Amino acid sequence: MPEGKLCNKQTVDTEEQLQALLNDKSGKQYYEEMNHLDVDAKALWATIQKTLKSRLRTWLEICAHCGMCSDSCFFYMANKKDPTQVPSYKIQSTLGELVRRKGHVDNAFMQMVMDTAWSKCTCCNRCGMYCPFGIDMGVMFSYLRGLCFTQGFVPWELKIGSGMHRIYRAQMNVTTEDWVDTCEWMAEEYEEDWPGLTIPVDKQDADIIYTVNAREPKHYPEDLAEAAILFHLAGENWTVPSEGWEETSLAMFAGDWAACKMQVESVYDAMERLNPKRMVVTECGHAYRATVVEGPYWTGRKDGQTPIPSFHYVEWVAEALRTGKIKIDPAKKIKEPVTYQDSCNYIRNAGLKDVAREIMGYIAEDFREMKPNKEHNFCCGGGGGLNGIGRYREQRNIGLKVKRDQILATGANLVIAPCHNCWDAIRDLEEEFEIGIRWSFLKPLLIHMAIVPDHLKPEE
Amino acid sequence: MYAFVTGPLAWLSFTVFIVGIIARIIWYFRGLSWQLDRVAYKEHMAYGIKGAIRSIVFWLIPFGTHSWRFYPFFTICVFTFHIGLLFTPLFIFGHNVLLQERWGFSLWAMPEGMADFMTVAVIIAVLFIILRRNALPEVRILTTPYDYLVLAIAVAPFVTGLLAHHQIGNYNFWLIAHILAGEIFLVAIPLTKLSHFIGFFLSRAQLGMDYGIKRGGMKSKGLAW
Repeated sequence: MPEGKLCNKQTVDTEEQLQALLNDKSGKQYYEEMNHLDVDAKALWATIQKTLKSRLRTWLEICAHCGMCSDSCFFYMANKKDPTQVPSYKIQSTLGELVRRKGHVDNAFMQMVMDTAWSKCTCCNRCGMYCPFGIDMGVMFSYLRGLCFTQGFVPWELKIGSGMHRIYRAQMNVTTEDWVDTCEWMAEEYEEDWPGLTIPVDKQDADIIYTVNAREPKHYPEDLAEAAILFHLAGENWTVPSEGWEETSLAMFAGDWAACKMQVESVYDAMERLNPKRMVVTECGHAYRATVVEGPYWTGRKDGQTPIPSFHYVEWVAEALRTGKIKIDPAKKIKEPVTYQDSCNYIRNAGLKDVAREIMGYIAEDFREMKPNKEHNFCCGGGGGLNGIGRYREQRNIGLKVKRDQILATGANLVIAPCHNCWDAIRDLEEEFEIGIRWSFLKPLLIHMAIVPDHLKPEE
Repeated sequence: MYAFVTGPLAWLSFTVFIVGIIARIIWYFRGLSWQLDRVAYKEHMAYGIKGAIRSIVFWLIPFGTHSWRFYPFFTICVFTFHIGLLFTPLFIFGHNVLLQERWGFSLWAMPEGMADFMTVAVIIAVLFIILRRNALPEVRILTTPYDYLVLAIAVAPFVTGLLAHHQIGNYNFWLIAHILAGEIFLVAIPLTKLSHFIGFFLSRAQLGMDYGIKRGGMKSKGLAW
């Protein structure tokens, strides 16, 4: 049973393995090895029999082939209504076929499945809202990704990503030391402008434990400083954990369920160790989805809840504005036309559409809804890990057209995107199509608009 | 022949229908897993039931969901087809005469003109559904012979019933054909993808619970279907 040195059915659990993968630029050797990777049909079928239960079986069986899911899919729209992009077709020709053949498929088939599962579906779950039977093909594709992962058919970047979580409990190689140093550095960096600003690490019994996306300490540390400033302005008693600070999950995008469990356990451990009242996560959609929505199930928490009540950043912002902890200077409200990118992961799949509108009511004078919007909004085009996969860059860029046209139709110059994936996709679509828009998280906008009480101002 | 198809064969098909449906329900419930599906069904039953009811009710109302409104022509076909499919056999005069004779009770019987109208409406709806299957590339690519087979099974009792009732051709032939077609339909419900007769409710309830419990139902008024 040939297995490649880099592309194989093993998980990445050591730094050596990880480094070998990272050294393989763009996954050239990795994908070459994938061409020779055997399919373990017996194991595949055994997994399917154990995990494909009534819900998924019924979905595969009763699909009426009516095509009502077609226009729900942004890939179908962006690819000029290519029938092979109809969600039902995509899942029937992959998972459906896999089940019909009882797992007896070859390498070429598995590569087709991988390409479909990662480049033709972002698991945005929109199609499930348009199927009369409630067949959620996003759920099915997520399941299918899990099957692909066990067989080693997973995009190179996500094999690395899941390995990062296994080794560092973060999607990037940020160690505990790196993280704590970044917190100290950012507090020092901004202390002059914000006297008394701190980023308390491992403080017991705080009101809020704040968790982030590893990209922030790694590439955008000012985001962490901005979070600190806003907590400081709001007078919150908050902390960050030295370990268990990462909420994202490339493991979820990869379908590596064991790594998903390891990752969220580290966050839950921090909650239990530091005993805060509640958790707030940064402006990231899939981080919230992974740690708050799905995570409790991965770790076997029967009530489906995190150990302490958990909130997305937009919930905290809406609360801070509502209660007056943060006051907006009316003169500084956003005057230009502005729109809001509803993230699939915390709007459609976590019900936070109303808090997003509440925030816009406080900060924008000319807020323009995209159409469709709220839970019916289209994926940004880069969700489900797609932004980060080089192999599918072309398909990703084609998919961005739907978001581009939605934004253009609003006439807005500024897109507020409190989600890392959406933010990236919108940045990339501006780069690709140059439609003349700006994009932003909430934090920098809020800092600019907030009224700073005199006692928090630096001495002149 | 008439005695056979309305006697033992009728009993057999009704038995397969009812036992099959019950078996489907039991199998579905037994296959639910809070951890595999990642939905805490039992722990948050009230949220779950609310989500399930919303998920079913909105979809039972014509134009009640974004999706039904997005495809108005098809929605009219689907509702005409299904309303005719479910109500015509229950309330048609002839079936209630039989009920009265055999069981000593009957339901409200619709006027003959209405029965004819609904029967013809079902047949026309099916014709449009077939046309749509062929005309739209996004539906054509999904279509298999099996889809035509189940459509034929569903519409056959209506075509044969119409011919028999209006005594077009050989009455006895069409009557027997009608009864057989009805029995094939009954048996096919639990055994083919016509099992969406019950599967619709089970699957919709499950996704409704998923949204009602896990995906936002506890932090919002509920998904706008």
